[in-house]
Amino acid sequence: MAALTYDKALEQFDPVFGIEVHVELNTATKMFCGCANQFGAEPNTQVCPVCLGLPGSMPVTNQKAVESAIRLGLSLGCSIRESSRFARKNYFYPDVSKNYQISQYDEPTCFEGSLDVVLDDGSVVTVGIERAHMEEDAGKNTHVGGSGGIQGASHSLVDYNRGGVPLVEIVTHPIEGTAERVAEVARAYVATIRDIVKALGISDGRMEQGSVRADVNLSLRPKAAAGEDQAAVPFGKRSETKNVNSLRAIERAIHHEVVRQAELLLAGQPVVQETRHWHEDTNSTTPGRSKEQAEDYRYFPEPDLLPVEPSREWVEELRGTLPEHPAKMRARLKEEWGFSDTDMRDAVNADALDLIAATIEAGAKPQAARKWWMGELARTANDREVTLRDLAVTPAQVAELQGLVDEGKINDKLARQALEGVLAGEGSPAEVVASRGLEVVSDDSALEAAVDEALAAQPDVLAKIQDGKVQAAGAIVGAVMKATRGQADAGRVREIILARAGVEG
Amino acid sequence: MTDWTRASAAEMAAAMRRGDVTSVELTRAHLDRITAVDGDVHAFLHVDAEGALATAREVDAARAAGDDLPPLAGVPIAIKDVLVTEGLPTTAGSRILEGWIPPYDGTVTRRIRAARMPILGKTNMDEFAMGSSTEHSGYGPTHNPWDLERIPGGSGGGSAAALASFEAPLAVGSDTGGSIRQPASVTATVGVKPTYGGVSRFGAIALASSLDQLGPCGRTVLDTALLHEVMGGHDEMDATSLNEPVPPVVDAARDGARGDLSGVRIGVVKEISGADGGFQDGVKQRFEESLEHLRTMGAEIVEVSCPSFEYALAAYYVILPSEASSNLAKFDSVRFGMRVEKGNVERTMAATRAEGFGDEVKRRIILGTYALSAGYYDAYYGSAQKVRTLVQRDFDAAFADVAVLVSPTTPTTPFKLGERIDDPMAMYLNDIATIPANLAGIPGMSLPAGLAEEDGLPVGFQILAPAREDARLYRVGAALERALTDEWGGALTAQAPELEVK
Repeated sequence: MAALTYDKALEQFDPVFGIEVHVELNTATKMFCGCANQFGAEPNTQVCPVCLGLPGSMPVTNQKAVESAIRLGLSLGCSIRESSRFARKNYFYPDVSKNYQISQYDEPTCFEGSLDVVLDDGSVVTVGIERAHMEEDAGKNTHVGGSGGIQGASHSLVDYNRGGVPLVEIVTHPIEGTAERVAEVARAYVATIRDIVKALGISDGRMEQGSVRADVNLSLRPKAAAGEDQAAVPFGKRSETKNVNSLRAIERAIHHEVVRQAELLLAGQPVVQETRHWHEDTNSTTPGRSKEQAEDYRYFPEPDLLPVEPSREWVEELRGTLPEHPAKMRARLKEEWGFSDTDMRDAVNADALDLIAATIEAGAKPQAARKWWMGELARTANDREVTLRDLAVTPAQVAELQGLVDEGKINDKLARQALEGVLAGEGSPAEVVASRGLEVVSDDSALEAAVDEALAAQPDVLAKIQDGKVQAAGAIVGAVMKATRGQADAGRVREIILARAGVEG
Repeated sequence: MTDWTRASAAEMAAAMRRGDVTSVELTRAHLDRITAVDGDVHAFLHVDAEGALATAREVDAARAAGDDLPPLAGVPIAIKDVLVTEGLPTTAGSRILEGWIPPYDGTVTRRIRAARMPILGKTNMDEFAMGSSTEHSGYGPTHNPWDLERIPGGSGGGSAAALASFEAPLAVGSDTGGSIRQPASVTATVGVKPTYGGVSRFGAIALASSLDQLGPCGRTVLDTALLHEVMGGHDEMDATSLNEPVPPVVDAARDGARGDLSGVRIGVVKEISGADGGFQDGVKQRFEESLEHLRTMGAEIVEVSCPSFEYALAAYYVILPSEASSNLAKFDSVRFGMRVEKGNVERTMAATRAEGFGDEVKRRIILGTYALSAGYYDAYYGSAQKVRTLVQRDFDAAFADVAVLVSPTTPTTPFKLGERIDDPMAMYLNDIATIPANLAGIPGMSLPAGLAEEDGLPVGFQILAPAREDARLYRVGAALERALTDEWGGALTAQAPELEVK
């Protein structure tokens, strides 16, 4: 049997999906203690009795995290509960220091909203939001020995730095009617959430560091017969694919699950309701624990914390701080910057919009800013297998670099060399130009000397020019550029050659 | 030569201020007493002679230098092993925490250190405060100084016995369903469970977070008030801490000691005063006499009914195990405490908990895990919370009419060690009169009411007040204490049999 394709699968089945997005908030401190909330520190250096769950310790709610959660909820069109509670989710796992996670259960702070997601072609899908609730992150297990998984490991290490980091979990209602665009909608939804949290300034939105993580629920049901209502067909059994941590992976995970489930259904086998793990390396999922034997988390209200009771005045005040919807903002910027659809889409997909905006803010022209970030810098990032924002150059430096080009101090080739110096940590563009001696040679006497030297070395060239073969000057320009290590203004060199030959350029 | 261990904390503080005694002398006297009698009493799990004397020396030096010192500076104190103390072993009476040295101080520990009180050591308790006799301690029971064959109450039997045996003048306790008041009752000492949120719980190893409250224990009402003011007050580390000043309990104790209760309406709670039987005769007799004293001082005594109290014990034994099952989940061997290695982490956690926890703890974890399970939550935890609301309403209604409510603290005088160890229900019934206060979050005090006719053992008198009105306990308690000590010709503890000094 030929392998089923995604397109074929969706000709026969209608996908229904839902997404849970976890957003790590960028508050200075953790959700329930005063420890620093920072990525990448030495293991177990950002811990205290509270986030280590030592006997006697007690949580205290981080009000800044509550503020961030409410602003996010408002951005998703959610209602904000006047009184909501934290609950304990009880389960034994070494990365959960207390063996319960403080989360919200039956009373999430933000509930019932909706979000417009704009697809590449400009069409809009409205996604229903069930809830956005606060919780604490778990620590991180590292399995030593074996293949890195828990199977075959000789022992495991736990880093509690991430334990207690504030999270907001956003849960959608089931999303129906996306048909063959299911993967595109899923990707666009997560991208929109990421853009919103960045615009709100409540998270760095870096999926590759796990600041935004998605769990994708997906089920298939038979396509309705012609004239029948698809919505009337009951949902199939769903799988939940955990920790899908890039936009590309969201699409791929959906592709994989659509095909996998369709193959099962076509073979007359049931889809098992279960948690599945996403494998970035093989673009596939494998089963985790079955939801049929789901753990009973024994939720109950967290007795160590008071209810969250934001005043209506405060909520309205926070509503006043919301940024514009990312899709609207993009439409505005596209207009302001004069970008084509392709320019804009590429910039968004490269996660470069705010870098370009900051570069323009710092004085560069929109097209120049785009050219740097989507050209030279994108290539460099790609070569180094890092993201644009990992590069050691700021938007202000890019604007400065472009300024030097615009002033004629350096040409494009020199600018790339200067950028190389900036990325190598040699200083600002101006400093690198100075220290590496990259400035364009505009001193005519130096250029004239170089031209004369080149003409002397190729005596026949002058005659050719005088015979009307002006293009022969190119050989001399090349020789001069070589002699000045590219720092000459080629146009000016040409003028001097022609002047020497006594012809008009 | 004066035996300073027999003095009250207030007298010790005054004597130090006068220069009659030093903190080192006081501390040494108590350490010597511990050495002499604790082999029989077993009130302490850990004694920190060196640390206590170091604090005492600092206080003496500061006093000599003319420094301004806090009121109880230099008065030694014992701390229930439920409260974490940096650098001092803390086990909560459990083998699972054997050898654990906390890397931090609880808020009350910090306040005691700031009050410059030498910490004598940590006192015995039922494991994780589950029990009414200290027989569930992982380190063996404490014995009642009134009769070494009998229970000192629990869970805070160590703190109460330390006071009754003159090993310490003051002690910290914790009260989840009566663990301060019931031990006070059976040892003829004073113990107060403050209003929920009145004393920070940060650093108190949690049993049932919505019921737990740390509180002061002493031999006199005034001493207890003095310690209450050291311990109490807002703490930003405890989200449930009340954001208001400590009630003026010392002033209230001094005011009450004048013996005037004119116009104070006092309610006797029918449901927990033995009206329907189940209370020992000698207990009821002493209780009635105490009421007579209150009347004599001008109080008006009325009977009130709190019908929901009938269900309080049942609700308590759903809420407590539920919260405890979650609170005790952290004892898993991963980060601290005992570890029994067994193949993988899951089996290691299970083996550690199987070996480290005692039977009563396991019993309650199983109860709580069951009560919180999907499908049972509403029937058990949900219903229990409704009873809790009804109990609160009964109190509200009663306090609309009277200033304080009173009852015997416990239905009986202390029973014999081993007598009820195999009968959890009989053990649980001991707390019938104390539990309602925890469910409602209101403050309660137990103070000595005398000795029962039939067995010559201590009887406790309980006073309950509305939330935040802790001062009322001290006013009424000090008045009754004065009337009774006038009658007895001194503190009741002075009548306790002399312990054999070894």
